[in-house]
Amino acid sequence: MSVMSPRPESSGSRAADPGSAAIRIRGLAKAFPGHLGIGRKVALPGLDLDVPSGEIFGLLGPNGAGKTTTLKLLLGLLRPDAGEIEVFGLPHTAAEARARLGFLPENPYFYDYLTAEEFLDFYGRLHGLDASERGDRVQRALRRVGMEGRGKTPLRQCSKGMVQRVGLAQAIQHDPQLVILDEPMSGLDPIGRRQVRDLIQELKAEGKTVFFSSHILQDAELLCDRIAILEKGSLRFSGALRELLPSQIRGFEVTLRGANLENLPAEHLWAGEEETTLLVADAVELERLLAECRSRELLVVSIWQRRESLEDLFLRELGQEPGGES
Amino acid sequence: MSAPAATAAWSAIRAIALNTFREAIRDRILYLLLVFALLLIGASRLLSMLTVGSEDKIIKDLGLSAISVFGVLTAVFVGVSIVFKEIEKRTVFTLLSCPVRRWHFIAGKYAGLLSVLGLIVVVMSGALCALLALRGEAFLPLLPAILLIFFELAMVTAFAILFSTLTNPMLAALWTFVAYVVGHLTWSLELLQARMPEGPGRVLCDVLYTVLPNLEWLNVRGEAVRGALPATEHLIGASAYGVCYALAVLVVACMVFERKEFI
Repeated sequence: MSVMSPRPESSGSRAADPGSAAIRIRGLAKAFPGHLGIGRKVALPGLDLDVPSGEIFGLLGPNGAGKTTTLKLLLGLLRPDAGEIEVFGLPHTAAEARARLGFLPENPYFYDYLTAEEFLDFYGRLHGLDASERGDRVQRALRRVGMEGRGKTPLRQCSKGMVQRVGLAQAIQHDPQLVILDEPMSGLDPIGRRQVRDLIQELKAEGKTVFFSSHILQDAELLCDRIAILEKGSLRFSGALRELLPSQIRGFEVTLRGANLENLPAEHLWAGEEETTLLVADAVELERLLAECRSRELLVVSIWQRRESLEDLFLRELGQEPGGES
Repeated sequence: MSAPAATAAWSAIRAIALNTFREAIRDRILYLLLVFALLLIGASRLLSMLTVGSEDKIIKDLGLSAISVFGVLTAVFVGVSIVFKEIEKRTVFTLLSCPVRRWHFIAGKYAGLLSVLGLIVVVMSGALCALLALRGEAFLPLLPAILLIFFELAMVTAFAILFSTLTNPMLAALWTFVAYVVGHLTWSLELLQARMPEGPGRVLCDVLYTVLPNLEWLNVRGEAVRGALPATEHLIGASAYGVCYALAVLVVACMVFERKEFI
């Protein structure tokens, strides 16, 4: 498998200016004690990563890739064995750096003896917000996550999706410049996922940086300006999504209906009782196929453009593509 | 510490203490313990009827013991899970991602639990004093003993929080009870030391007597029951000892928590 960019941003169009990086990670290494304390299991051998300000950055990778370890190191929940992490040019453990970020953990559990308003008020206090502004901020944050009018609901009565939304409100209520989300779509229904996607895009429009880990590649593809793919703690891939996923068409899928479907000039993809789907490589081959269809009086049901998706890229980079190099 | 940093620390500790207070007072177990304690104080009136001529002493003795025992039970059962639960349920992840230092967290948890214990001691003491007042008995001599019980609870709570940062609630409860029992037996080390010949054994006794908590120093319940007030020097010395010892244990808890990794 080829590594398209062994160091961050080398394939991206915008080289990260250290002055404008929301997060700058250099040589970050972490190992955990092995089974029964014997040996060390390396989680991150030495990660370099830049997350530019004002962008949506997706940290992707299979289970055990090191995404959560990276986030925990970034948040100071783990101590690195080596390397450094800066948040807006400040050491990541500095209170000033923490004040500028908001965090939502994966599958959050919050204090279930509190109501949503009490919970947000508590976090407002931790961020040093005055009593006079906390009330407004709480209501605004609840409104933004679609929980308006439900602030008095005890968290123990909230569904998983509602808890996730309250957690998001907690992460954004103090108006942070950097929002770190660990699997933010996890546990949400399609409407909730759409709302979270919209919220992430709103945050970007406000100039915030959003750094999230996810294994839902469709969401990452819809949202991210930039991604990084981790595998076994190593950076396999990093760069701007619009450059990583070329916009050119990689083929056309044509679905036909009719009696005489033999020996058409296209690759056979799928055949049903009435319909058959074929693949052609480019517009010239498509034109040739359509001409053949007209001559045979076949009905063209649909034509779909085929582009490389993030999932294709992800699987290819991790050597999981059928027939791919591993 | 600069003024803004001190303000931020105070704000974070207060917020965590308030949240801990809310958690404890919304926990049914606390009410269960409190009801048992109040029932015991009430029952002391009945038990005193079984004796002749010392009814008030029995009421005072049982009442003070109830305050101490139920206070310790609350400190142990609430205290040992107070940090562990935050780690287990991962609420500490979001909390420590805020501009909160780890020692703020421990200090806030401790202050919150101590506020709950203060409230419990006030409620139970109020019930005991009301019972004595109804019988026309003076309850003022009990107040120094109650104050020292509170400082004893402050020490036990510090141990509960320390063990809560180190291990699971079951083991933390066991170790806290061990600290409590040892704390009431430390006086025997002084006796042992006096009877031992010069040598390493005597030095060991001396070291252990200095390092281990001496909870008996804070026990003036006997004098209080007899209606005597402890010497002011003893009251001040024992109070200062309780505060300093609790703070020292808390500093160790902060150091342990500072080194903790949340895997």
